[in-house]
Amino acid sequence: MKQAVLSFLRGGGSALPGYRLALAATLVWTGFFILLPLSALIIRPWQDGVGAMVAALHDARMFAALWTSFSCAFLAALLNIPLGLLLAWTLVRGDLPGRRVADAVIDLPLALPTAVSGITLATLYGPQGWLGAPLAKLGLVLAYSRTGIVLALMFVGLPFVVRTVEPVLKNLPRDMEEAAVLLGARPWQVVTRVIIAPLLPALLTGFGLALARGVGEYGSVIFIAGNQPFKSEIAPLLIVVRLQEFDYAGATAIALILLLMSLLALVLVSLVRWRLSVWGEQA
Amino acid sequence: MSVRVEHLVRNAPGSARRLLNDVSLDVPRGAFVALVGPSGAGKTTLLRAIAGLDNFEQGALLLDGQPMGSMRDRARKIGFVFQNYALFPHMTVAKNIAFGLDVLPRSERPSRSAIAARVQELLELMQLPDAGASYPARLSGGQRQRVALARALATGPGLLLLDEPFGALDPIVRRSIRSWLKDLHERLGLTTILVTHDQDEAVEIADRIVVMQEGQIVQDAPPEDLNRNPQTPFVMEFLGESSSFSGTVRDGLMVPDEAGILPFSVPDTVPPGPITAMARPYEIQVYTGADLLAAQATVSLVAEGVRNGYRHYRAQLLERSIPFCVPDYTEGRVKYQDSVMLNISRARLFRDGVLCV
Repeated sequence: MKQAVLSFLRGGGSALPGYRLALAATLVWTGFFILLPLSALIIRPWQDGVGAMVAALHDARMFAALWTSFSCAFLAALLNIPLGLLLAWTLVRGDLPGRRVADAVIDLPLALPTAVSGITLATLYGPQGWLGAPLAKLGLVLAYSRTGIVLALMFVGLPFVVRTVEPVLKNLPRDMEEAAVLLGARPWQVVTRVIIAPLLPALLTGFGLALARGVGEYGSVIFIAGNQPFKSEIAPLLIVVRLQEFDYAGATAIALILLLMSLLALVLVSLVRWRLSVWGEQA
Repeated sequence: MSVRVEHLVRNAPGSARRLLNDVSLDVPRGAFVALVGPSGAGKTTLLRAIAGLDNFEQGALLLDGQPMGSMRDRARKIGFVFQNYALFPHMTVAKNIAFGLDVLPRSERPSRSAIAARVQELLELMQLPDAGASYPARLSGGQRQRVALARALATGPGLLLLDEPFGALDPIVRRSIRSWLKDLHERLGLTTILVTHDQDEAVEIADRIVVMQEGQIVQDAPPEDLNRNPQTPFVMEFLGESSSFSGTVRDGLMVPDEAGILPFSVPDTVPPGPITAMARPYEIQVYTGADLLAAQATVSLVAEGVRNGYRHYRAQLLERSIPFCVPDYTEGRVKYQDSVMLNISRARLFRDGVLCV
């Protein structure tokens, strides 16, 4: 162990120059920009005393907000899986005219300022919106409810699924499908056993990324969510509310829980993905 | 299963260029046929058409005398081994092999234990008895190749189609798998069509060789026949190294244009006129008779060592050099550097791109 660390620091016998410089830069970079803020986030809540922290944790509104955030993000990421798969499929296999344009547009939710997407979605699905008004007549109210949150999170999360699945799908040999057909598989068997099965790890990665993004999403959600406490209030919004009330303990308590749960979710996703991709390991 | 291809035409997608140009082929039950030819000759296209993986514009395709319409009719009756094996990477070897049985509707599917027994039987046939639980990524090229073969055989097809199955294997594995495949073909009573660009492989393994060039079948014959009577210079060239000599037939004699090569008599059936003689390195002989005039003997020889039991030489003509070889055991080796003449009387004669008989 000690030897491994030492040889890692020394450059592991690499012939390339600049190893130590690169290593130092990397460590400083990750330290300052990732580890330092994260540790501050972990330490800060306890600075006002354990009592304040415990009091902050006894907050039903906070748990309601956390539940809203996580359940909506989970649902949105889940719904994005089939949607993203279909979209990636059309991009890779479909020879549609304007495919390149569609390919560029997919990334738009990532590039757009989240507030812009939020306002757009709110006007579109709001009670007076283009889609909202006819849907409201049918009795479907999307905006200002959890449905609205899921809708917004699906919008921002879709590129993650598409972009993780696309390269894997592109590299999936066509002759695998032909082999399956020649072995007597019916179309749905080809899709489920030969196409989706090897895509599962990629789908799961996309799911994890969309989930992580969804939990932390703020701008695109608040305009469409309605933000009623205990009903459609998301955790990031509650942090802002607490900060405006100068309740720093409360704000950091939510942040801490958010951090831990996100971490847990990502670890779980990674574990499942690791289980699913045993077959990819080389001899 | 017998295969009959009648006047098959297939165009390149979206153009009038013909990938297959009026191809007819008759493969009786139990035959082992090799499709050979350079890249782009249409070998794989023909194989894929037989498997039903590609459509064709004109012609007919009969399997066991029956036109086979849909893919579903063919499935499981044809075993296809792809060039890159096309194994399912996310399934174990056993699951890969069992795939053709697993996808059967419940009413036709054998029981779990029957499938497992069949898989094990195939693994043993492939000499991979312990590979069932591993994933394809962990296997070597030769092992993957055999798994692909086992998968193709699992449903008990009557026709086995192999698309350059030995392409990615090293020479030693190639050689051993060749004879093993031939043996398997006979043991299982299969009809096999093999695509390869390696003529040695084709000669060794197949009992009929179909040479293709530019989407057409140039010659279809047993290996020995092909070697003895290649129909065109292309077939001659393709089957192995050869040198061509242009000349003229006059008074029953072929008189080469180049100096240093002896004229030789040709059969009466060859009419006078310009002609091309083609000879393989081992068919070219050296003439050092006492009656040789010094002025005629313009060929000098350079020794190039011994390979595969042959002594190789290079004969320097005026404008080019010709490779030839003699068996290594010959007494009194050719004295190189001597001025000699070449005797090419064993060469094949071609006129206008066709063999003269």
